[in-house]
Amino acid sequence: MIYLLCMILFCIGLYCIIIKRNLIKIIIGMSIIDYSLFLFLVLIGYRMEGRAPIYSQTQQVKNLVDPIPQALVLTAIVIGLAVLALMISIAIRLYEKYGTFDINEIRKLRG
Amino acid sequence: MSSMLPLFVAFPLGSAFLIALCKNKKFADFWANLCTLVLFIMSLQTIGILKTHGTMVYKMGNWAPPIGISLVLDGLTVLLLVTVNLIAFASCLFSVGYMEKYTAKSKYYALFLLMLTGMNGLVLTGDMFNLFVFLELAGVASYALVAFGTEAEELEASFKYMVLSSIGAAFVLLGIGMLYSYTSTLNMADIARILSYRGLSVTTLFIGVLFMVGFGIKAAIVPFHPWLPDAHPSAPAPISAMLSGVLIKALGIYAILRVFFCVLGFGLNPAFLEILRILGVLSMMIGVVLAIGQWDIKRLLAYHSISQVGYVILGIGLGTPLGILGGLFHLFNHSVFKSLLFLNSGGLDYAVGTRNLKQMGGLKEKMPVTEKTCLTASLSISGIPPFNGFWSKLIIILACIQARHPGYAFWAVIGSILTLSSFMKVQRYAFYGAPKKVMKKIKELPPCMQLAMIFLAIICLFGGALLLPMFKNNFLQPAVQVLLNGDKYAEIVMACLK
Amino acid sequence: MTLIVKEITRLTVGLIFLFGVYIMLHGHITPGGGFTGGVIIALSFIHLVLAYGGEYSNNKMNRAIASPLESFGALLFILLALMGLGYGGVFFLNFISKGTPFTLPSAGIIPLCNIAICLKVGTGLFLIFILLTMFSPGRNK
Repeated sequence: MIYLLCMILFCIGLYCIIIKRNLIKIIIGMSIIDYSLFLFLVLIGYRMEGRAPIYSQTQQVKNLVDPIPQALVLTAIVIGLAVLALMISIAIRLYEKYGTFDINEIRKLRG
Repeated sequence: MSSMLPLFVAFPLGSAFLIALCKNKKFADFWANLCTLVLFIMSLQTIGILKTHGTMVYKMGNWAPPIGISLVLDGLTVLLLVTVNLIAFASCLFSVGYMEKYTAKSKYYALFLLMLTGMNGLVLTGDMFNLFVFLELAGVASYALVAFGTEAEELEASFKYMVLSSIGAAFVLLGIGMLYSYTSTLNMADIARILSYRGLSVTTLFIGVLFMVGFGIKAAIVPFHPWLPDAHPSAPAPISAMLSGVLIKALGIYAILRVFFCVLGFGLNPAFLEILRILGVLSMMIGVVLAIGQWDIKRLLAYHSISQVGYVILGIGLGTPLGILGGLFHLFNHSVFKSLLFLNSGGLDYAVGTRNLKQMGGLKEKMPVTEKTCLTASLSISGIPPFNGFWSKLIIILACIQARHPGYAFWAVIGSILTLSSFMKVQRYAFYGAPKKVMKKIKELPPCMQLAMIFLAIICLFGGALLLPMFKNNFLQPAVQVLLNGDKYAEIVMACLK
Repeated sequence: MTLIVKEITRLTVGLIFLFGVYIMLHGHITPGGGFTGGVIIALSFIHLVLAYGGEYSNNKMNRAIASPLESFGALLFILLALMGLGYGGVFFLNFISKGTPFTLPSAGIIPLCNIAICLKVGTGLFLIFILLTMFSPGRNK
């Protein structure tokens, strides 16, 4: 059931990318897609009555949630950050060249 | 000898940051070319390793899979490694002269080597999430390289490419997440073993669809191709050669082959092969029909890339040993002649200053080397004997008829004829005909650019020799065997770990 | 920025930097590690730029210092991986002794890798910030 909410968030992000005309809103839609996937990955690792997967000297090792999706999400967050930084810098330069953020105006390449 | 495998990733990665550190242009030129030359020689050595050792598995950090990440070298990997490093060497040699017209050359080499790291790592890895990381590494480096000139059109093309490609990568990540949830391991051989035990189910089909969409966007197969005609012309010419020649193959086609044939296990399923054949024919025809009306030479070449990728997918979609041999041989050939064509168009752009075919003409006397290499590559892509394109297209057409699909053979021949007509147009408008007045000051390209083009043209000329048994059994046949024995991938890799 | 912001920044930015270094160094014992430590260290420098302005904080950390540091962090990481190849025969091998668990000098090369990653991520994020704001193409900087 909760995975369905992640898919709804994914579809909201996809809607943003397809329908919205402003470049910055497209970038925000891309970020929403990324965050929905990170949420999905972390939720996959949940185990019933588990606690955070960190060893410590005092507490006993009993039920831990799965640590591998957390490592995957950490890597994916860094990748998403790099892509976001590149997208925003290209959007800034596009504004310098075209004077607008509207994708209907930024259409020099045709055919 | 097995410790050479991680060097394919570590050496260009270290070189990229070394070049970013030292801002001297001559050092950047020298070190980048040295790096790609060493990688090319190392990739040729892997052919020998495959012959003596068979499939080789390397455990990173001495952690045994499935806990650790492993690098797997088998026939398909060797084919892609040689292709990627060959084209990277030629492009790097070409960009010594071509990138003088741009600024920030050392940053260009750093990004180029990062893209090469991503591609080398992707074809070598034996772990699913590692595949995603290298996919994104090569992708992000290519987004920055497409926008390298920072003109208005290049930025627009790069943004479009970036958004579409990131959506593809998001689908791949979703697929990997669902695959991990279904099998609770990330190692490819382990996943193959568990999925063959559990059989086909709705979850596996859904994961397959997600991967098909995600990697299909990277490979520019027809419903997912719109980013390619904008992104490939806007990049600097050696980057167009890399993008069109190897990036869509390593990130797209290789990933599809590895995931569907070896990991998910429904490689030789008839329904899946039917889908591949239909997508292949669609790509072939739509690419070549849209290419005929183009007057921008690089946009024409980009549409032809879509078409030739369709040939590769059609060849592999036939499922017979001859068909897969044709598809994989065409993958190698297309990398060589398409890169040569893009390097030629870059040379024309460098000398004349425009990409529009209507403004060129009569360059045959002024630029003889460019004209001859362009003629070689055009005849190759159209499938004229004795160049290498002829042999691979002949094998694909024969395999279509042998597998009792004569309709596909008919469309393949039509595509070939239309390709020939496009390239006759390119040759006539660019090189023959009356020279225009502004062409007086044009001279031939600098020697390093000529050397790269001649090197690729020689491979085009003698590429058919790869079908001789001496070369075929060591280079092409192991790759075909990997795909035909896709369901035995888990056993082969586990046997190498002992 | 107003006087209150400047005074509070002057008092706390060193503590933020120290906290980032703590999170980075204890990456193998407590949650955190290279990436999160690097983000906090980058934030401390960004805090300085936001409070005092670009010209003043240019003396503390600027593009000419951060850019070579970033490449140096990546080269240090690859050097550690290659040293595993040299000493142990396997790429990325954990060749330093593992020590007793839960103490600071334990877990082999992991603290050193954390330091390399922290250098790269911290300077990288700081460079992204100043390149997008101070050196963006529209401003006459």
